[in-house]
Amino acid sequence: MSSNKETFGKTVGFVLAVCVVCALLVSFSAVQLKPLQKANKLLDQQTKILEASGLLEKAGKDIVKTYNEFVVARMINLDSGEFVEGDVINFDERRNARDKALSIKPENDLAGINRRSNTAVVYLVKDESGSINTVVLPIVGSGLWDLMYGYVGLESDLNTVKSVIYSDHKETPGLGAEVLNPKWKALWPGKKIYNDAGEVKAKLVKGGAKANDIHGVDALSGATLTSNGVTHTLQFWFGKEGYESFITKYRAEGVK
Amino acid sequence: MSSDAKKVLTGPIVDNNPIALQVLGICSALAVTSSMANALVMTLAVVFVTAFSNLFISIIRNHIPSSVRIIVQMAIIASLVIVVDQVLKAFSYQLSKELAVFVGLIITNCIVMGRAEAFAMKEKPVVSFLDGIGNGLGYGVILMTVAFFRELLGFGTLFGIEILPLVQNDGWYQANGLLVLPFSSFFVIGLIIWAIRQWKPEQVEKD
Repeated sequence: MSSNKETFGKTVGFVLAVCVVCALLVSFSAVQLKPLQKANKLLDQQTKILEASGLLEKAGKDIVKTYNEFVVARMINLDSGEFVEGDVINFDERRNARDKALSIKPENDLAGINRRSNTAVVYLVKDESGSINTVVLPIVGSGLWDLMYGYVGLESDLNTVKSVIYSDHKETPGLGAEVLNPKWKALWPGKKIYNDAGEVKAKLVKGGAKANDIHGVDALSGATLTSNGVTHTLQFWFGKEGYESFITKYRAEGVK
Repeated sequence: MSSDAKKVLTGPIVDNNPIALQVLGICSALAVTSSMANALVMTLAVVFVTAFSNLFISIIRNHIPSSVRIIVQMAIIASLVIVVDQVLKAFSYQLSKELAVFVGLIITNCIVMGRAEAFAMKEKPVVSFLDGIGNGLGYGVILMTVAFFRELLGFGTLFGIEILPLVQNDGWYQANGLLVLPFSSFFVIGLIIWAIRQWKPEQVEKD
């Protein structure tokens, strides 16, 4: 047996056979599990959006039903600030950002994202009576190690913060990863993004924000670079090259 | 179960532990031990991959041409790892988000490759399968022990449940930031190896 198993033809044939079997196994599991994986991803996203809009507790286990009942996803053009038609379910900011036709290079790339998609999906959250009381805006920006993805929930004046929820990050556990700490998240509600002159003032304050500071929140201790990342991300996304045109337009005209 | 099979299954847990005695698979032991939940999932994934890669490699061991045997082993191990990754994504999305990179790195875990080459290429399928489970468990025991100390002292929790209330949550325990960082596993693993060799002096290497 061992004498003839080393011929060239047999070796090639054997390797091919192993490859075919392995490929079948891998593709079978990938195809079979795809629907479940997609559902998981969507559920995760919807959970975060409900959390950002303050509906998570009310939703309990019924994430999908609550989401469908209260949340409307709409695509906007970031430059004009207008609502546009688009596939909001399969929208992926980072995928668009890799496509030169669908994105721009920001002049002032504070968030460190390199390119920014021309469109964005915003989430309009209704209350029981059907009027919109929260707008959830997705944000993305560099932390210490990698991009951090999250959502900012705003009251209907589009200035008062309801929540800052990070959904995906790779920051250091115990330090930068404290962006997920409920105590830190609880500092956000009521803070204002803009001052009266319309400048973005929301930021994290090293050493702790003063009690009467309406824009500042305590920085994360031991995580200066993550804290700077959060500040810059907010400054970028609420600035000229972020949601500013949308916010201005929305305040003047409401939802069309 | 014959005593031979039992020895194959339980031997790697203390007597021939892949991490403590053979010092294999250290890299992932550093990375995934910041919480018990991560360590448990990683253990299950490694048990699954080592057991089945040993089984399949042992089944075809007499047909694998020795000139390409490492490549064939890698193809089988890599396929199994992708399957584990897909299953995790489908059934435990939160954990897969945290473990994504490390699950992929099971492919390069020296334990899997080491058992395939050293054991499964020579032994019969069933006993190879048991050897895979045993070594996966041996890896897991160390992982869980390290994670126990790191999560308890670094975050004040076990499996995410608060044990020592942290100062930042109005408790009394000042978390040990050192144990949150991956390299602190070196200290814990070192202490475990020392403890095992105190208990079983025959594991001490001769000068």
